[in-house]
Amino acid sequence: MAVTLDDVRHIAALARLGLSEDRAASLVAELNTILEHMDVLSKIDTTGIEPVAGIGAAGLPLRPDVGPPIPLARERDAFAPSMRDGFFLVPRLSTHEDPEATS
Amino acid sequence: MTASAGSLNELSAAELRDRVAKGDVNPRRAVDAAFDRADAVGARKDGLNILLYEDRGDAHRQAAGIATQRDSGESGPLAGVPVIVKDNIATTTLPTSCGSRILEGYVSPFDATAVRCLREAGAVIIAKSNMDEFAMGSSTENSAFGPAKNPLAPTRVPGGSSGGSAAAVASGIVRIALGSETGGSVRQPAAFCGVVGVKPTYGRVSRYGLVAFASSLDQIGVFGRSVDDAALGLHTIAGLDPLDSTSAAEPVARYRDAARGSLTGVVIGRPREYFPDDLDPRIREKCDASLDALKSLGAEIRDVSLPHTDLAIQVYYIVAPAEASSNLARFDGVRYGLRMDGNGLRGMYEATRSTGFGPEVTRRILLGTYVLSAGYYDAYYRKAQQVRALIARDFADVFRSGVHLLFTPTTPTAAFELGAKSDPYEMYLSDIFTCTANLAGVPAISLPIGRVDGLPVGGQFIASHFDERQMFAAAYALERRLGAGAHQ
Repeated sequence: MAVTLDDVRHIAALARLGLSEDRAASLVAELNTILEHMDVLSKIDTTGIEPVAGIGAAGLPLRPDVGPPIPLARERDAFAPSMRDGFFLVPRLSTHEDPEATS
Repeated sequence: MTASAGSLNELSAAELRDRVAKGDVNPRRAVDAAFDRADAVGARKDGLNILLYEDRGDAHRQAAGIATQRDSGESGPLAGVPVIVKDNIATTTLPTSCGSRILEGYVSPFDATAVRCLREAGAVIIAKSNMDEFAMGSSTENSAFGPAKNPLAPTRVPGGSSGGSAAAVASGIVRIALGSETGGSVRQPAAFCGVVGVKPTYGRVSRYGLVAFASSLDQIGVFGRSVDDAALGLHTIAGLDPLDSTSAAEPVARYRDAARGSLTGVVIGRPREYFPDDLDPRIREKCDASLDALKSLGAEIRDVSLPHTDLAIQVYYIVAPAEASSNLARFDGVRYGLRMDGNGLRGMYEATRSTGFGPEVTRRILLGTYVLSAGYYDAYYRKAQQVRALIARDFADVFRSGVHLLFTPTTPTAAFELGAKSDPYEMYLSDIFTCTANLAGVPAISLPIGRVDGLPVGGQFIASHFDERQMFAAAYALERRLGAGAHQ
């Protein structure tokens, strides 16, 4: 199964990665070189083999849902790119109208 | 009694701790000896580039706290021992950037559980070490902050992704350092740098505060200058943690007690798939000499087979990127790290991520997104997880047959030259003997077993789940038997 330029653009969009045209083209070759090596797996008979779902022997035990949150050594606004009133600020969604512009 | 800075660096972690506890050594002097050694070997950006962040003032404050505790009669099992931590393990006192521009300068608001355990044991965290960006690499050349160099041969790589931690131990700055493993990122650099590297059983050490790469494979590991240093380090950080639901409630043995263990009656498997015809004959020779030594110590050596080994790289490089593509979605410029302006919210995501991630991380995110995407999931991801089950079954079968441990080369080659591997898949093959243990979740340890052309060669013991004690017993015995020969 070979990856095309359209595939790379599609998965880059899914992964929210902006790619230049040159980089997208080189990634087609790079990914195909890697994926060629993966094709050997298709020849392995895995009939009746359950895929690994988790590697731990004891499942995933949950801790008691009690107690205060883990105390933080510094406030969120010490590392957040942009905050106001305790909320993370992000750019306006392009599909939303700007209320200031319409008011 | 006093000890010079040089001789402090020669003490094992346990010896240094005992001298600190007795009041013979001030913890501040141990910290200064470590920084002086870092100066002497050129550990910073313009030299070996193995340390990314350090804070001498903070290290002195930590040391003063240890001294105060000691004066009140309390000394933890690592009292006054300087430790270096890989840059993807969260620390409140130093940045945690994962070797990436996207987290450059980020300081975590909490300590990883492993770091908390170290602090509670009296260790002094002195620096964060260089690494491949988000632990994706086998040479530390993928760091956004420049490649680290092997202190034994500075034109060569230290291995990766925990290359900075391995190099810090190899160059004598510290006796213990933390790394992390997803496919061999502790054992491979340990082998390249001539030190001991331990990858514990999946679940043995809490992953809380280890920045996630591939959650079903990741595990914090320990570097030691000796097996004893590594045993002490692992014992300090092992155990159940309510903050990591994948950490296990298995009892933690005192690994240092394994130093007295006998190998009489221990069956050590020699898996033929790890000794292929094209293996470097000099590495094969070192491994065979180690197996002879183990036999002379009372172990029975048995030829065994793990028939799906040759599929491990393919499985690993589907499963790990798949998990990474999900885990790294959190780096989007909203809550922490880099933010780049773009057209609206989506433009901000894309600008931030394409600016912040380096080429290998980008490649793996795309590979992972592809193998999980509609139409390809069954052919790649589901298939890989099925073959992973077969690889895990190979280990279970061989351990069920009465074999206690496996012994293999850690890597197919010694440390290679910087820039020697430009093809990504060729680089991936560096993990060929190590990624199987991660896929199966079993523990493994690499220790030096000799040199080829002056470069260290590592031998690896692999044990069954949670049997680190047996693994340490064999490593202690082999290290003792090889003596100085392990570094010749």
